[in-house]
Amino acid sequence: MPINIIEKIEIKYLQIVNEKGEADSSLMPPLSNDEIKKLFETMILARTFNHRALSLQREGRIGTYASIWGQEASQIGSAYALDKDDWIFPSFRESGVFVEKGYPLWMLYRYWAGDERGMQIPEGFYLFPMSVPVGTHVPHATGAAWAMRLKGHRKVAAAYFGDGGSSKGDFYEGMNFAGVFKAPVIFLCQNNQWAISVPRARQTAAKTIAQKAAACGFEGIQVDGNDIFAVYKATKDAVEKAKNGGGPTLIECFTYRLDDHTTSDDASRYRTEEEVEVWKKKEPLIRLRLFMEKKGLWTKQYEDEVSKKAQETVDKEIQKAEAFAAPDPADIVRYTYGELTPRQKRELKEFGWEK
Amino acid sequence: MPWTKIYSNKEEFEKAAAGSTLRGITYKEAILEATSRMLEQDKSVFVIGEGVDDAGGVFGTTKNLHLKFGKDRVMDSPLAENGITGIAIGAAISGMRPILVHMRVDFLPLTLDQIINHAAKWHYMFGGKLSVPLVVRAIIGRGWGSAAQHSQSLPSLFTNIPGLRVLMPATPYDAKGLLRAAVYDGNPVIIIEHRWLYDHMGHVPEDDYTVPIGKGIVRREGKDATVVGISYMAYEAMRAAEALSKEGIETEVIDPRTVKPLDMGLIIESVKKTGRLVIADTGWKECSVGAEIVARIMEESCGILKAPVVRVNLPETPTPASPALEKAYYPGVDHIISAVKKTIQK
Ligand SMILES: Cc1ncc(C[n+]2csc(CCOP(=O)(O)OP(=O)(O)O)c2C)c(N)n1
Ligand SMILES: [Mg+2]
Repeated sequence: MPINIIEKIEIKYLQIVNEKGEADSSLMPPLSNDEIKKLFETMILARTFNHRALSLQREGRIGTYASIWGQEASQIGSAYALDKDDWIFPSFRESGVFVEKGYPLWMLYRYWAGDERGMQIPEGFYLFPMSVPVGTHVPHATGAAWAMRLKGHRKVAAAYFGDGGSSKGDFYEGMNFAGVFKAPVIFLCQNNQWAISVPRARQTAAKTIAQKAAACGFEGIQVDGNDIFAVYKATKDAVEKAKNGGGPTLIECFTYRLDDHTTSDDASRYRTEEEVEVWKKKEPLIRLRLFMEKKGLWTKQYEDEVSKKAQETVDKEIQKAEAFAAPDPADIVRYTYGELTPRQKRELKEFGWEK
Repeated sequence: MPWTKIYSNKEEFEKAAAGSTLRGITYKEAILEATSRMLEQDKSVFVIGEGVDDAGGVFGTTKNLHLKFGKDRVMDSPLAENGITGIAIGAAISGMRPILVHMRVDFLPLTLDQIINHAAKWHYMFGGKLSVPLVVRAIIGRGWGSAAQHSQSLPSLFTNIPGLRVLMPATPYDAKGLLRAAVYDGNPVIIIEHRWLYDHMGHVPEDDYTVPIGKGIVRREGKDATVVGISYMAYEAMRAAEALSKEGIETEVIDPRTVKPLDMGLIIESVKKTGRLVIADTGWKECSVGAEIVARIMEESCGILKAPVVRVNLPETPTPASPALEKAYYPGVDHIISAVKKTIQK
């Protein structure tokens, strides 16, 4: 008997704009100049939000914070491709996704200052609270997508998670189900190459995370996560496919975490400055800037104006966040159940929280 | 005995230790030392967990062990809690003695199938021919906005399960001795540590020793009321006892050290003397270790109580993230003081 090859797996890598800002026009998604500018402005806003969050943390004005520096294209390009009412299941590092969706920045700052009210998502946002447990929210997106199918809605659900999260059983289980039932879900892996101090190579021996979709019977693609156009196009295509009944897609955004894991971490203890320097040169805003300059969409003055506006917005939002009244102690028990239990009523008195 | 002492803070320890030749180390150093000694002496021992080779070394408890013993014996693992628990169980039934480390107790719920359906069952299901000498260490977080999913205590998830042991050492001496006891116990053992214990100092012998599993300890003698203080709450109980003593109330403080098995004999003896019982625990009230203690008193020595038991637990709700709410959320020394007074007034 001959040994036959019965399956071959090919993994595509998508890059549309290279590090010099040169675009492959055959791959370029149809985005108007205004849309491109909007993407740029959103990235600046997200970066401004992020830098201010880091300095607020140093001043003790917010708690531990997870920086998105370097991952702005992966987050904003993908979020932009999702429709307003597509459900998003983010991990804790997705502040950029929240910014793109227009989430009130003051609420995000409240959240990072340790106020759960900052993640009590207002009406009209199709965002779930950031998942602090790593990777275990991936099946939730599959479940939400399945619910949309049952309800006959033309919507998708998207799960954001890291390279570390891709080692979890929940990730495989969520993907496998989605593959079997063609659930309209997008798995957006933010491969920033580190899970705290654990390098990608110690998460999986596979060459890509994208290829993990093959075992679940659907397409996985790796994109240059620092190229906002590649991220946008891959996500947009996946959304279209899912909405047309084509089932799930896994998108691995190959990017890099330029900052420490969180403000409680010190990455210099486990990775070299040289490695970080290489990636600083590849960060997504440099590339978008070069591309826009070639198209005549960018000038220094334009960027200065955008940055100034972003600073002003962020300043106002921080003021608003800090002026927000402290929570009521009764909040501690208020939301555990729909109604207070007899024990909780007693405890309100015992702990002296009743007004 | 210097080993049985509990010191509320570093200054208190230093005062007591002045002039003594006995060595003092922190709780985290005690864990590191116990682990290091076992890795050195016993090829079957290995450490596995997410980030155990991190420069911080799981808050110092595994610090630099990978440099000394290699990354195969101090293994940083992929992010897969249930999977690595299964892998550790597989290694344990094949002659190894794994120490599986989780940064937070909150990751234990991800491993419940492996612990409850497998590790806890196999000695029984294989008619005693197979044991699972697995040790799982996990840390209770508190403060810095740890919030609902990073601060849970959860011993009762495990105390309910036959086949498991659950240890909650409070002092450096016990942390070292109980870790060694756990590794050589032969049963699957869950050790729940509290992050706020890590910098506490105590006298710890350099030599190897074990602390018997199932033996509690009287931390302070007193005739008026008994306070059982579990894990970090043993310290709060000591502080309460000192304050109450100034008012003429003498509290006996018991640290059970292990919550499955529970040293009920010790607790009952004390309550026979005092007639009054307060239980201070790091977790929630319903079906808690405290609930078990009360039930056992009812079953075994109903009648020794002169007043209703008062329990000091977390309120019936998850931990708030907000620093202001968090401060209100955790009961401490003041709650224990009023609990003791309440039992005495009755
Ligand atoms: C289930 C679970 N296990 C472990 C942790 C501790 N932890 C927090 S973040 C993190 C690394 C996550 O890495 P990755 O998924 O790559 O996301 P990134 O931080 O790089 O965005 C770990 C291990 C956790 N929060 N949840
Ligand atoms: Mg990562």
